[in-house]
Amino acid sequence: MSMIMMTHAAAVREGLAEEMRRDPLVWALGEDLSTAHGGTSADQYLGLIDEFGDKRIVNTPISENTIMGAAVGAAVAGTRPVADLRMADFGMCAVDELVNQAAKIRYMFGGQARVPLVVRQAIGVRKGGAAQHSQSTEAWYIHTPGLVVVAPATPSDAKGLIKSAIRTDDPVVYMEHKDLWMAEGQVSDNPNDIIDIGKASIMREGSDITIVSWSKMALLALEAADQLKSAGISAEIINLRSLWPWDKDTVYKSVGKTGRLLVAQESVQVAGFGAEISADITENLNHSLKTYVRRIGAPRTPVPYSEPMENEYRVTATRITKKAKELFSAN
Amino acid sequence: MITNIASNYPSRILGLYKTMSLIRAFEEIAEEAFDDGLINGSVHQYIGEEAIGTGVCANLRKSDFILSNHRGHGHAIAKGANPGAMMKELLGKVGGTSGGKGGSMHIADFSVGMLGANGVLADGLTMGVGAAQALVLRKVDAIVTVFVGDGTTNRGPFFEALNWAMIYELPILFVCENNTYASSTSTRKVTAGPGPVARAEAFGMPAYDVDGNDVREVDDIASNIIANIRNGGGPQFLHAKTYRIKGHVSRDKMLYRPEGETESHWKNEPLGRCSDWLIKNGISEAEVTSANGSAYTEIREALEAAKAAPFPDGKLAYEDVQDLGNRYLGEHS
Repeated sequence: MSMIMMTHAAAVREGLAEEMRRDPLVWALGEDLSTAHGGTSADQYLGLIDEFGDKRIVNTPISENTIMGAAVGAAVAGTRPVADLRMADFGMCAVDELVNQAAKIRYMFGGQARVPLVVRQAIGVRKGGAAQHSQSTEAWYIHTPGLVVVAPATPSDAKGLIKSAIRTDDPVVYMEHKDLWMAEGQVSDNPNDIIDIGKASIMREGSDITIVSWSKMALLALEAADQLKSAGISAEIINLRSLWPWDKDTVYKSVGKTGRLLVAQESVQVAGFGAEISADITENLNHSLKTYVRRIGAPRTPVPYSEPMENEYRVTATRITKKAKELFSAN
Repeated sequence: MITNIASNYPSRILGLYKTMSLIRAFEEIAEEAFDDGLINGSVHQYIGEEAIGTGVCANLRKSDFILSNHRGHGHAIAKGANPGAMMKELLGKVGGTSGGKGGSMHIADFSVGMLGANGVLADGLTMGVGAAQALVLRKVDAIVTVFVGDGTTNRGPFFEALNWAMIYELPILFVCENNTYASSTSTRKVTAGPGPVARAEAFGMPAYDVDGNDVREVDDIASNIIANIRNGGGPQFLHAKTYRIKGHVSRDKMLYRPEGETESHWKNEPLGRCSDWLIKNGISEAEVTSANGSAYTEIREALEAAKAAPFPDGKLAYEDVQDLGNRYLGEHS
């Protein structure tokens, strides 16, 4: 077993294929899964139809309600579906089936049924994606009791998390970043390697400030850490990987050490997940804080199209650095 | 025309009459319990529509799945759920089918293949086609039946799910119970086109009309349709015309109905029609009366047992949310 260089999209594909080989009850459904695109033009499913056939790689009509609803019914009826909604923007067409059904069936039927499904909803600004192809909606689902939410940042995360998501007996919202599909990284080829849901990774150790982030923002936080280093600030970068549940132990330990917390998110900052993390740390770790918690996130506007406006909207490494430096100025 | 003419046919119909009586008794006594303030919510009654769930489910096996809508008590009883556990569920008591977590509108009994009533219309359709796909993938010899109302034929997922069932040739029966009202709106006034059968046929799906107040007709056509689905005939659609004798929900005063409408429909209700037929076809009046009386006795006992049962501990509110993240539910201290 060894580490292999591959793209994020290929890593998820490998993870899915390994789980489908391991368990004949795992199957996938979504639009364009068996066409030449092999998914949303990033080859996430390329070739799987040949190995697993059309009963397990199910190419569906454009029927988001039913892609999600069928996944719920199939999960309740003893299989482990992976429903692909292409983008979080289209996921909104199926919020009812995800929130009213998948998330609640175990509870409202008193534990008579389990809903072991994964729903893939890609997030993030993709250049020129504009208002309806670039949204990050993780907060919607973190807010919903019954759902697990994960958001990988690296190809290794992507593979390890899709495998553990498929093995989870409750519904998991798997939010990959569209901009990362073609990014490469080292990935284990051992089918037994998974990443436990609820475990963050410390991408860089540091002593002066903790920057908590997830998905693509964790990579930008790493760039920010380089910029901060040249300013004499040692930043610890936490890639949460799982958003619900989130790894409070790791974050508490880090903030206990650094005494400073910045949460960096790509999604709209207002009522975003960063607000929850900030409030939690303020309530529970106030005695350890050297200054108050800061957040950085997107403005509360739709994602604009034209490049100057899109750049204005984005959270960048430079903006993370600037915000991080605020924690070192006099309060 | 009824095609089943076996010599034990009247006793089969007596069995269906017993099931319909149980449903009727359950709904009437649940309404009493609601009026007495024993039910922490509302009740959607199936009174007048009993023949449909009864006639369809009489042709299903325990291993078959059904999915229901908000008006699910009758479907559950017809599929074999225990009315005693159901009544406890309505009262939110220990021993309820879902331990008191769901109540009337989420009545479910997975042990008999009743995959749940539902507070959101049309979601049973999309989940139903998925359940059928799971049966195919698992190579299980069983079918899925989804019960929907006339109002639901105007929701988008209705069209998606019918299309989906056809393209994947799934073993599924859609039963549209047309009780003429979508909540308090006359469905006719908000629905274009000739109706549910035409909508199903537009997808190339075999679709049939039946008098939903005649349990013998429903039983007969369901028997043929379900045999056809089991033999690989693919999805089929049954449109059962009926009338919702009660309001949309237990507190509904039915102010939207023309005077006399409900009364005229009482003359056509399915239990009376069935008992008339039984008495004309060799079942004694005493036997019919006794079957009906036994149902009321059973449900009265179910209500008394439910009243006597304890309430669950409030802390059970924290159970069965999800496995991961249970440390962080935010329990009140």
